[in-house]
Amino acid sequence: MAAKKSVPAKKVVVNLPQAAQNMRVWKFGDDIDTDAIIPGRFLTINNPDELAKHAFEGTRDEFAKKVKEGDAIVGGRNFGCGSSREHAPLALLGAGVRVVVARSFARIFFRNSINVGLLPVICLQADKIADGSKISLNIKKGSLESDGKQFKIEPVPEFMQGIIDAGGLVEYAKGLKEVPVCTKSRQ
Amino acid sequence: MGATIVEKIFSHKCGTEIRAGEVVMAPLDGAMIHDITGPIAIQKFYEMGGTKVFDPKRIIMLFDHQIPADSIEAASNHVYMRKFAAEQGIHNYDINEGVCHQVTIEKGRAAPGEIIVGADSHTCMYGAAGAFATGIGSTDMGFALRFGALYFKVPETIRAEVSGKFQKRVGAKDLILTIAADIGADGATYKAIEFTGKTVRKLDMAGRMTLCNMAIEMGGKAGIVAPDKVTWEYMKGRRKMKSFALASDEDAKFAEKRFYDASGLEPQVAIPHNVDTGVPVSKVVGTHIDQVFIGSCTNGRFEDLAEAADVLGKKKFNPNIRVIIIQASRDEYLKTLKAGLIEKFVKAGALVEAPCCGPCMGGAFGLLAPGEVSLSTSNRNFKGRQGSTEGKVYLCSPATAAASAITGVITDPREV
Repeated sequence: MAAKKSVPAKKVVVNLPQAAQNMRVWKFGDDIDTDAIIPGRFLTINNPDELAKHAFEGTRDEFAKKVKEGDAIVGGRNFGCGSSREHAPLALLGAGVRVVVARSFARIFFRNSINVGLLPVICLQADKIADGSKISLNIKKGSLESDGKQFKIEPVPEFMQGIIDAGGLVEYAKGLKEVPVCTKSRQ
Repeated sequence: MGATIVEKIFSHKCGTEIRAGEVVMAPLDGAMIHDITGPIAIQKFYEMGGTKVFDPKRIIMLFDHQIPADSIEAASNHVYMRKFAAEQGIHNYDINEGVCHQVTIEKGRAAPGEIIVGADSHTCMYGAAGAFATGIGSTDMGFALRFGALYFKVPETIRAEVSGKFQKRVGAKDLILTIAADIGADGATYKAIEFTGKTVRKLDMAGRMTLCNMAIEMGGKAGIVAPDKVTWEYMKGRRKMKSFALASDEDAKFAEKRFYDASGLEPQVAIPHNVDTGVPVSKVVGTHIDQVFIGSCTNGRFEDLAEAADVLGKKKFNPNIRVIIIQASRDEYLKTLKAGLIEKFVKAGALVEAPCCGPCMGGAFGLLAPGEVSLSTSNRNFKGRQGSTEGKVYLCSPATAAASAITGVITDPREV
């Protein structure tokens, strides 16, 4: 049975939120690396639900036990740095998290998150959001509300918005027969 | 205005002028997958409706993180990837060749002017061969496998110019730890780092690989060294191609230029738990250690092991320290074997393993218990990277690792 849980993984339900209300915050600091999100010894697992059981193991053990569907992660600078392991956003998705807010993101994690349906939100004032508080997000307005205060969020690069609108890169790619190689996009 | 080497690579590939900041769907010369990130990439390829990969000859597949399979899950992932390789006609190096980045370069699968992606963050190492190479996630890799192209925001370039001659026992690893401490863990996010200057020109390929490998530790999208005689000499016998000129124009627009002097550089140690914490070894001399790891894609080449062996001389490793030595590839293993270094290491008390990621993978073997300390030539010292989150990892050069493995505490290699 052990072998079955790793291959193949179940399909991730992609549902990038445009607005999400009253998300409980799990607050983290700067430079949260993907080893902290999902340690290397669990990378044989490809299934988000199984990965979620080990999310932040050794870093914040109560996370996997107490996280609830619809909770949000808030980090500081350089969230998701280090290894390119997509198991990191998958573990958070498996835990029911759909939104990660941070002052800044590491490049690969940012792109992986959008690709798999976890929404990374850049908020330069993320440090002001408290652990355990509730946040609400309004992408269209470009704002995030925390404890009655409004914070500005940064727009997603335009070419990535298409992937978000499609519901992730898999959905974006499904309809394509070929890609327009060497065409430039607006940023 | 001139162009950076990165802008030139993208412009040449697409036959039109492309500048930093532009987003382009660029064709890929290579795509690398390994046993950790490969299975999900393959699943995504299928989910995207993929049936045939864009070009089996451009796909580099191997297993290095969990080899020989350390669990039934790992073995099952290997089986899944082997099946994909057979179905698609991809050559699979399997468990036989070593760490993905070393193997990709030494097999001539990365060359000057190419655009290569790998489902591993240290893919930036191929910049040592003059390629633009960057790490991506598994879903992007699924897209890359299917279409042979990927969206890139062409990065600006930070130019790191290095002059001065290294002291004895000081080298590329000490330099890159210094640069990482200077630029910071996110100082190069979305940017490429070009390593240049007389000191870099004098570095061998092994040293250049060490530099480019760690560009990601500053958030860098790529690290690159403009190809020169050293590069083209290395390509001989690995890749049939004529040499050509490829370098940044002096009047190119760089994000910034930073200057480093290697001559005054001390051996460096990055202290737990971030890579940008490099300090001169003198600040941490005498620190307790339990395990020393000499190896990884960063420092597992023959040149690294020869330096360690030179420091070792006729001494023995401290019996209280677990010394794990792992070559980065089969080729490097054979060179080390033929030079008699493996016998020397084993006689001195080290455990010499077959080429793989080893303890840097943080799962396969060589893990730390709570409270234990590792001194490692690898690239990351994050909390839990080599086992328990209550363990500590210090990063250093092969010379510093060997010197410390002899004395049993962190030691300045110039004093052994």
